Amino acid sequence: MKIGRYKAWIYLLPAIVFLALFMVYPLIDVFVYSFEEGYNSASGTSYGTGFYNYSYVLHDPYFLQAVKNTFIIVIITVPLSTAIALMIALALSSIPKVKELYQTIFFLPYVTNTLAVGLVFMIMFKKTPYSDGLINGVIKLFGGSSIDFIDGPYWAKMFVMCFYTLWIVMPFKILILTSALASVDDTYYKAARIDGTSRFRTFTAITLPMISPMIFYLVITGFIGAFKAYSDEVAIFGTDLNSAGMNTIVGYVYDKLYGDGGGYPSFASAAALILFMIVFTITCINLLISRKSSNV
Amino acid sequence: MRIRLENVTKEFPSRNKKSNDVVIAADNLDFEIPDGKLVSLLGPSGCGKSTALNLICGLLTPTKGKIFFDDDDVTELPPEKRGVGMVFQSYALYPHLNVRKNIMFPLQNLKGGDKLSKEEMNSKVNEAAKIVQIEELMDRKPKEMSGGQQQRVAIARALVKRPRVLLLDEPLSNLDARLRIQTREEIKRIQTETKITTVFVTHDQEEAMSISDLIIVMKAGLVHQIGAPQDVYDDPANLFVAKFLGTPPINVFNGSVRDGKLYIGNDMIAGIKCEKEGDVIVGIRPEGFVISDKGSFSCRLKAVEVMGRDTSIVSENDASVDGTAIRSIVSSEDSRQVSGDTVRFNIKPSKMFIFDKETEERIMYEAEV
Repeated sequence: MKIGRYKAWIYLLPAIVFLALFMVYPLIDVFVYSFEEGYNSASGTSYGTGFYNYSYVLHDPYFLQAVKNTFIIVIITVPLSTAIALMIALALSSIPKVKELYQTIFFLPYVTNTLAVGLVFMIMFKKTPYSDGLINGVIKLFGGSSIDFIDGPYWAKMFVMCFYTLWIVMPFKILILTSALASVDDTYYKAARIDGTSRFRTFTAITLPMISPMIFYLVITGFIGAFKAYSDEVAIFGTDLNSAGMNTIVGYVYDKLYGDGGGYPSFASAAALILFMIVFTITCINLLISRKSSNV
Repeated sequence: MRIRLENVTKEFPSRNKKSNDVVIAADNLDFEIPDGKLVSLLGPSGCGKSTALNLICGLLTPTKGKIFFDDDDVTELPPEKRGVGMVFQSYALYPHLNVRKNIMFPLQNLKGGDKLSKEEMNSKVNEAAKIVQIEELMDRKPKEMSGGQQQRVAIARALVKRPRVLLLDEPLSNLDARLRIQTREEIKRIQTETKITTVFVTHDQEEAMSISDLIIVMKAGLVHQIGAPQDVYDDPANLFVAKFLGTPPINVFNGSVRDGKLYIGNDMIAGIKCEKEGDVIVGIRPEGFVISDKGSFSCRLKAVEVMGRDTSIVSENDASVDGTAIRSIVSSEDSRQVSGDTVRFNIKPSKMFIFDKETEERIMYEAEV
């Protein structure tokens, strides 16, 4: 009996050791750093403890800009990408013949390097003294005036950013949703047809509830992923995101650690914990909503 | 309401994309289902019975032929305009809706002048729930119910719009043995109460025999026989029908007719009057054997299985097709006489059928006593 009790722990030991070493310890460490004022990682010293780091970060205009940018990207791209992905998945499942071909085409961005895609986007949108870029060419064709999407006004940059993010996150969502749609038993649709259910009602009353767990999964992971965005911004606007006004929270953390104004692990830790709190809160809200709606 | 199928054929493209062959799932179906009856489409899997059902409900449209409900041609009508209710093998209850909402679902689809008020819907739902006796389960979700209860909900959902035809696709195959007997009586009761013309598909002959007014026996897309259960059993049209109906199954022998006498092996079974001479196939129902010391048919005794009321005698005969053991059901009193290596039977002519060796069609004969 006694051995049996230890046995379980012995089996769990490798996992526990690695989790403690590489997950739990760093988390606690970051938490501690965020309260240590002026922590120096080289000497391992600090002036004192308190909320100064949080106060600094929350009053830093760069951080506030990063929070604003992140929220705009999250609020625009998560619902939009899920909705468009659902429409594409629905369209795909209604054309069984060429479905596989289109599925491959839609999945291509997923296997493409994000930096490479970013480069392509930059070339398409950038306005240089020599060329207006492809997109501006199209705008001009319809009688508009050209805009610099990469170095121009804030809304134009944000548009490119959201467009790019949509492009990058869509394939995975389409893949998940097409398989979710395919897993709905055909007899439900037959039963609905015999009862004269309209197409719209079949979708809202049968399809949507049946694939709702997958949609919630996509929304939750979408929120988490969008809040952690950083590399996508670098791919289009380069590493100096603060001067481009396109920084994100993760970008801010990175800058505080290694960037030009870097070397402040305490500020970075505080910013990281603020991000953690935001993501944690949003995820909890999401889970609450999903649990509530699945009980209806 | 009467349902009439006129030369209905349904072809599907072959699974093999390269060939242009078609699979004929229903071949020239031509029959009528009388008003207010419970009719079963019976046959082994792949015989086209489900295709026939889907043709009647409108989920499939025939390649050729016409379907009539009474005198209305419904061949081109979509399912929702035919006034049919269907119960699927898997029940297809919407898992996220409770029983009440599942039953109400078809009513909420009604549009325009047919639209119902909330009170009307509720009263119709309650009425349907009452017929299948699930009033106390209205707030349950499908997964919180047993298979039998789900089945009832599915029937209620099919009945709530007062369909002209109720269609059941293998309604009992997902239930355990005890529930199956209970539920089939239930289906019979509901059908008798509502008097809705009901068609149900099954591969279980016992199921079909026990509750149907009429059996349509199918195989390979063709209708082999239509008739009342007892008539089909007592008077099979061909060897397939004779073999498919009855438990234990009919015993089949290679026999021959020579000079007005029927032989199985070397045993002369009976003097008969029939037009056929030469090799035939003889089918004898298990209850057609009568033990007798001077019996004309002699078999090697293998086992005596006591079942209480009856006794099953297992024996062998070289003339048995494929060498299968012969199963005969005799009364327990008679079985006491059985001992030794050999058992002798007399055969009741009414339980013995002769079939053509090639076509397997029934050959009629008259026994000479």
